Amino acid sequence: MARLEFGAAIDAAVAEAMARDPRVIVLGEDVHTLRAPLFARFGPRRVLSAPISEAAFVGAAVGAAMGGLRPIAELMLVDFVGSCLDSLLNQASKVEGFTHGDWKVPLVVRATCGGGYGDGGQHEQALWGLLAGIPGLSVVVPSTPADAHGLMTAALRHDGPVIFLEHKLLSRSWLEFLGAGGRKTVSFDVPPDGVEGEVLAGEEVPLGVAAIRRHGDGLTIVSLAVGVHRAIAAAEILAREGIDCDVLDLRSVRPLDRVAVVASVARTGRLLVVDEDYREFGLSGELAAAVLEAGLSPRFARVCVDGTIPYARHLEDLALPSVARIAEAARELARVSPDLPGHG
Amino acid sequence: MDAAGLFRQMARARAFEDATSALWREGRISGEMHLGTGEEAVAAGVVASLRPGDAVALDHRPTPVLTVLGVDLAGMLAEMLGMESGIHRGRAGHMHLMSRTLLASSSGIVGSSAPLGAGFALAGRALRPGSVAVAFFGDGAMNQGMLLETLNLAAAWSLPLLLVCKDNGWSITTRTDAVTGGDPVARARGFGLETVDVDGGDVGAVAEAAADAIDRARNGEGPSFLRARVPRLDGHFLGDALVRAARSPAGDGRQLLGDVTSAALSRTGGGLGDRARSVVRLLDLMRRARREDRDTRHDPLERARSTVGQEVASRLEAEALAEVGRAVAAAGGAH
Ligand SMILES: Cc1ncc(C[n+]2csc(CCOP(=O)(O)OP(=O)(O)O)c2C)c(N)n1
Ligand SMILES: [Mg+2]
Repeated sequence: MARLEFGAAIDAAVAEAMARDPRVIVLGEDVHTLRAPLFARFGPRRVLSAPISEAAFVGAAVGAAMGGLRPIAELMLVDFVGSCLDSLLNQASKVEGFTHGDWKVPLVVRATCGGGYGDGGQHEQALWGLLAGIPGLSVVVPSTPADAHGLMTAALRHDGPVIFLEHKLLSRSWLEFLGAGGRKTVSFDVPPDGVEGEVLAGEEVPLGVAAIRRHGDGLTIVSLAVGVHRAIAAAEILAREGIDCDVLDLRSVRPLDRVAVVASVARTGRLLVVDEDYREFGLSGELAAAVLEAGLSPRFARVCVDGTIPYARHLEDLALPSVARIAEAARELARVSPDLPGHG
Repeated sequence: MDAAGLFRQMARARAFEDATSALWREGRISGEMHLGTGEEAVAAGVVASLRPGDAVALDHRPTPVLTVLGVDLAGMLAEMLGMESGIHRGRAGHMHLMSRTLLASSSGIVGSSAPLGAGFALAGRALRPGSVAVAFFGDGAMNQGMLLETLNLAAAWSLPLLLVCKDNGWSITTRTDAVTGGDPVARARGFGLETVDVDGGDVGAVAEAAADAIDRARNGEGPSFLRARVPRLDGHFLGDALVRAARSPAGDGRQLLGDVTSAALSRTGGGLGDRARSVVRLLDLMRRARREDRDTRHDPLERARSTVGQEVASRLEAEALAEVGRAVAAAGGAH
């Protein structure tokens, strides 16, 4: 057990896998500095600095995985996935299906995501819904150092392609690199429990298994990444007002832990999704479908991002799911009674 | 444009970048603040040949070109400060500055200015005969697929396009030549483009080369590729961690150097040769990151001073500072 920062917890899982398995390599732009300790320890043949050629190096990582390596391709910011979408959409995700499970692609794409530090609409997107919309990919988005470590450990043992998203607001090193730049004149609303925590080395967090962060019978809040911390903060306020919330941390978007969601919503009759990704055609709608398909008809609301994330910090704060927006949506949901049997 | 006119634009661009830097340090500008210091001669030299109806596509260092083009300085500063009075009401920020009236658009996605420029050229040819488009990008962008595809597209469609590669040798903390095969100019020539290679710190040389290429494009003689070597005077972005570490190994660099040393000495890992190669490469990067200063050898503004004489230069710089100072005050950035 060690107390680690979010980024260090991920790097520790990577280092452990690299030490154990010579097939694990890291490639991406600036990895020699962004992963300087891995570069110094494992050398330039296993930590490969790439040109600004996402289509080529992510595509090559797919081929390398099919050829027997277990690459981690780093995308820096998930927004840059636009430049290499083909390798995920049409290559990595398809091989297992085409070969009926005979040939797998043990690839991890590691990328940062998310906003809250004023970087604007091309550098702060979540995009997990877009990526999880592709069958054949797994998409994980941890909210704590322990989960970050455990999910990276699991991703590196998994035989299919996994997109591992690291929220920048949880990573002091990324926030320092992209947001603060050595300044003491800026601050960010960083969730303390997400930034640093106890990590059990080598402990796996299985893909596709959600975690219950808080128990309550009045309302189910489903979220992930920074949203989980905002939801917990909102739940504490709501509890004082007599609204008790389940807070479910999905941890994986795909596979989606429908069982956990349905079990909670069956009990509470109300579902509030807190999703930093775009509102329409994404995870929040998928969660609504999941409970409907399970035969439930809960009260439903969602706190998401509606359009292009604005640059100005005060506008950005309004655009991203905040404690205030979550609490308000929860109060609204709690006002109406669910029409599930047993709830009146 | 005469030497004084070019110097004046360079001084305006520099004053704007320096004002931006000060506001960033005060914590009033967020995000990755990429300055274009070192690129002023390219901005002034290329824009000197542009006229209304021409279009420009820009990368993540758009402000020198936008300043020279004549975008409202107070509006740009207010945008960076995230204010309603900003040119995009605080929605876009410094990586996504645009001007519809001036047909200028920037983007933070590396390489994207090239296809955008090609599209501007296509629209210009159809709607504004005799107009041209210019796409600005860095040396690192030369490895981006969409940019390489655009070199071909521009040649295949004989577009009225000038592609300007501002070659500062860096892609964030990567030496671009360490991840690049062949030479960018030869590469462009391979696609059938006219090419020209200039010292991007020499404003006269840039202006002349750009004028030729833009003339050809206006006359329907097809696209050109201009490589301008430039210095990078303020790191990749303000607060660049590598530059800070390099300038102060015992301060800002201490954590990095400590982490690297202990990792290199790990019980398990790569062979000794591999580890040594990594450490040597990191030290070399830090050495290079320390090097580019605002001296008479590197800084295009210092170099241009001699072309107009000290007295004129000082007067033009004072005017530029006053203009930008007024813009800062008008934007609400002054204290
Ligand atoms: C598609 C894409 N990949 C990566 C990045 C991250 N990034 C921002 S600037 C930059 C370096 C660009 O190098 P170059 O084109 O030479 O411009 P310079 O910064 O040196 O002026 C990188 C990799 C990005 N913005 N977009
Ligand atoms: Mg460069």
